[in-house]
Amino acid sequence: MEDELSFSDIYGGRLALLRRYYSPSCREFCLSCPRLSLRSLTAVTCSVWLAAYGLFTLCENSMILSAAIFITLIGLLGYLHFVKIDQETLLIIDSLGIQMTSSYASGKESTTFIEMGKVKDVIINEAIYMQKVIYYLCILLNDPMEPNGISQVVPVFQSAKPRLDCLIEVYRSCQEILAHGKATPTSP
Amino acid sequence: MVLKAFFPTCCTSADSGLLVGRWVPEQNSAVVLAVVHFPFIPIQVKELLAQVQQASRVGVAVLGTWCHRRQEPEESLGHFLEGLGAIFSHEPWLQLCRERGSKLWSCKTTHRQVPTSPNAPGEDQVMLIFYDQRKVLLSQLHPPTALPDHQAGDATASTQGLAAVFDTVARSEALFRSDRFDEGLVRLSHWQSEGVEASIIVELAKQASGPVCLLFAYLLSLISAASACRVFKLWPLSFICSKLSTCEQLRHRLEQLTFIFSTQKAENASQLMRKANMLVSVLLDVALGLTLLSWLHGKDRIGQLADALVPVADWVAEELQHLLQWLMGAPAGLKMNRALDQVLGRFFLYHIHLWISYIHLMSPFIERILWHMGLSACLGLTVSLSILSDIIALLTFHIYCFYVYGARLYCLKICGLSSLWRLFRGKKWNVLRQRVDSCSYDLDQLFIGTLLFTILVFLLPTTALYYLVFTLLRLLVVTVQGLIHLLVDLINSLPLYALGLRLCRPYRLSAGVKFQVLEHETGRPLRLLMQINPLPYNRVVHTYRLPSCGCHPKHSWGSLCRKLFFGELIYPWRQRGDKQD
Repeated sequence: MEDELSFSDIYGGRLALLRRYYSPSCREFCLSCPRLSLRSLTAVTCSVWLAAYGLFTLCENSMILSAAIFITLIGLLGYLHFVKIDQETLLIIDSLGIQMTSSYASGKESTTFIEMGKVKDVIINEAIYMQKVIYYLCILLNDPMEPNGISQVVPVFQSAKPRLDCLIEVYRSCQEILAHGKATPTSP
Repeated sequence: MVLKAFFPTCCTSADSGLLVGRWVPEQNSAVVLAVVHFPFIPIQVKELLAQVQQASRVGVAVLGTWCHRRQEPEESLGHFLEGLGAIFSHEPWLQLCRERGSKLWSCKTTHRQVPTSPNAPGEDQVMLIFYDQRKVLLSQLHPPTALPDHQAGDATASTQGLAAVFDTVARSEALFRSDRFDEGLVRLSHWQSEGVEASIIVELAKQASGPVCLLFAYLLSLISAASACRVFKLWPLSFICSKLSTCEQLRHRLEQLTFIFSTQKAENASQLMRKANMLVSVLLDVALGLTLLSWLHGKDRIGQLADALVPVADWVAEELQHLLQWLMGAPAGLKMNRALDQVLGRFFLYHIHLWISYIHLMSPFIERILWHMGLSACLGLTVSLSILSDIIALLTFHIYCFYVYGARLYCLKICGLSSLWRLFRGKKWNVLRQRVDSCSYDLDQLFIGTLLFTILVFLLPTTALYYLVFTLLRLLVVTVQGLIHLLVDLINSLPLYALGLRLCRPYRLSAGVKFQVLEHETGRPLRLLMQINPLPYNRVVHTYRLPSCGCHPKHSWGSLCRKLFFGELIYPWRQRGDKQD
């Protein structure tokens, strides 16, 4: 079963959270970031081309114009493929692990899977980000050396940056599944 | 804990039968390796499993039954399958069932020993995870988990989590050797059941590699014996050989070739990858070198190069002479001490004159020498680049000499100045205690000391200027040589085979796994597809980097600046085994 809720990120942009409950032991949360706005794209392209035209009137070399077009195209492709994240997904499966997927605007997907044996806990933490104090959800990993220690903190939804209300929803579901996993003992 | 059943994708369309695989109790998961079809004799199945267990040290057992229902429901088969649970007892007993032509699966587990309790795992508590057997068999996890102890029976605690699945499939090769064309007693269904995969080229290469390795190992041992003979240990030759980067590069390549063609088999996967990477790197090097050779020897380019070399050397010398004339005058408006200026300037000008005479003496032989050096490109592009770097070092030897003279003079001056400055203030350097102590000097000591101090201070700008100019020139030459060395290092250490493997067969190098949830219906078990997450390119390069010559600059920027300020000589390219100055 799936449902969609609307939240906002730390800058006020609109985010859509799609929750899918596959089974009591498997849930998926999909956060869609705001798309690339036409306004900013037009603004950047116009400024680059104006600068190139200005240089052209100074130097009278038409290579500058072709170079500007080339740079704009390559820059846009690179931005879509390496920088702009469209959707971030968190899939939590009881007794298997937690999987985080980021899908970029060009269709590329990058996935990280953390096994349940390494996960210590999922928490909401505070951080100072530029001039703001923000909340972020993160996964704490076990330290094999020290039983009570933490070896790594893995933040989730790093590019979407949702606000606390969205994080609380995700946090509650994750804790339900983690508690369910800890409660059921290993069957004989 | 939820029960996880890892099911190979190749068996999803197989006929009904028994499930054979390994049960991992710590993770409550069953790894299905193959399906045994009807008809079979239970004794023979048990014998086969015992054989496989002995050969692969994996606890293979019958885990349950698999039922692939056709159009007409077969009730008798259902009861028969349940009865099999009594013959092959396994705890828990899995019953996987699939309706023909639909995506609906059902999975039941029964525990015989434990009586069914109200909150026993029902159908909702089973997860089916599909995996591609061939890819999981061939893939290698990074970081590699600790190798299971081969002496012990099953690998239990040493492989954690999903690495246990990879390990089980990789070690059960004995089970996958029979295909459906075999006249065996037991019919199995697995990834190779349509025919065992093999490649003629690979088999031929394996057969040929033995004698080829022996031959090359013999040749290489002859070469290394020749290079280790006593002649090369005598002083002039050993000194020159240690300074030339060509010798270092040739030695490095010889080591690599000896490693590749050694008759010992590679012990583990990482050694095999190293050998493969080295071989591909050597082959690429030789291919690039031969391209360079064909380019050089066509259209009389060597003649053109030789003709251009002497005028270039002349031009460099002329520019240096102009520079010295400028320094001997009033450089940048600064006023130099006339006498010292003239002495230093004339000294360096005479050196340049000697150098030019030497170059002109050599000029008839240059073309021959260049032609023979060009032949060395067939040994590899890295060797030609090292020779180029050495030629640059030899042609700019006079700059190096000037730098050493300037640096030594400057260093002496700085030492003298610091010691006399201490005398000026009434202090002394205590060598025993390694610190500055106060000291009372006599009047005549103070007088002479102050006089010398003044002289040195007023001569400082001249010496400092010469030192600055020649250090900058030397640094320029060092930068050019450094760039060439960087390129050689890149060719030496880039793991091309690993990169090619990542490009063409991404499942071979895996950083982990990723899951995809397949169509799900409430009441049915959750179905997931497990795929291999390939290793990102930067981690491939980082993990499989070949060791290079190790000619990295050993100074940080701070210590470099300090050495430059105090006039100590800098040797940026320390080779391995050189003593520190």
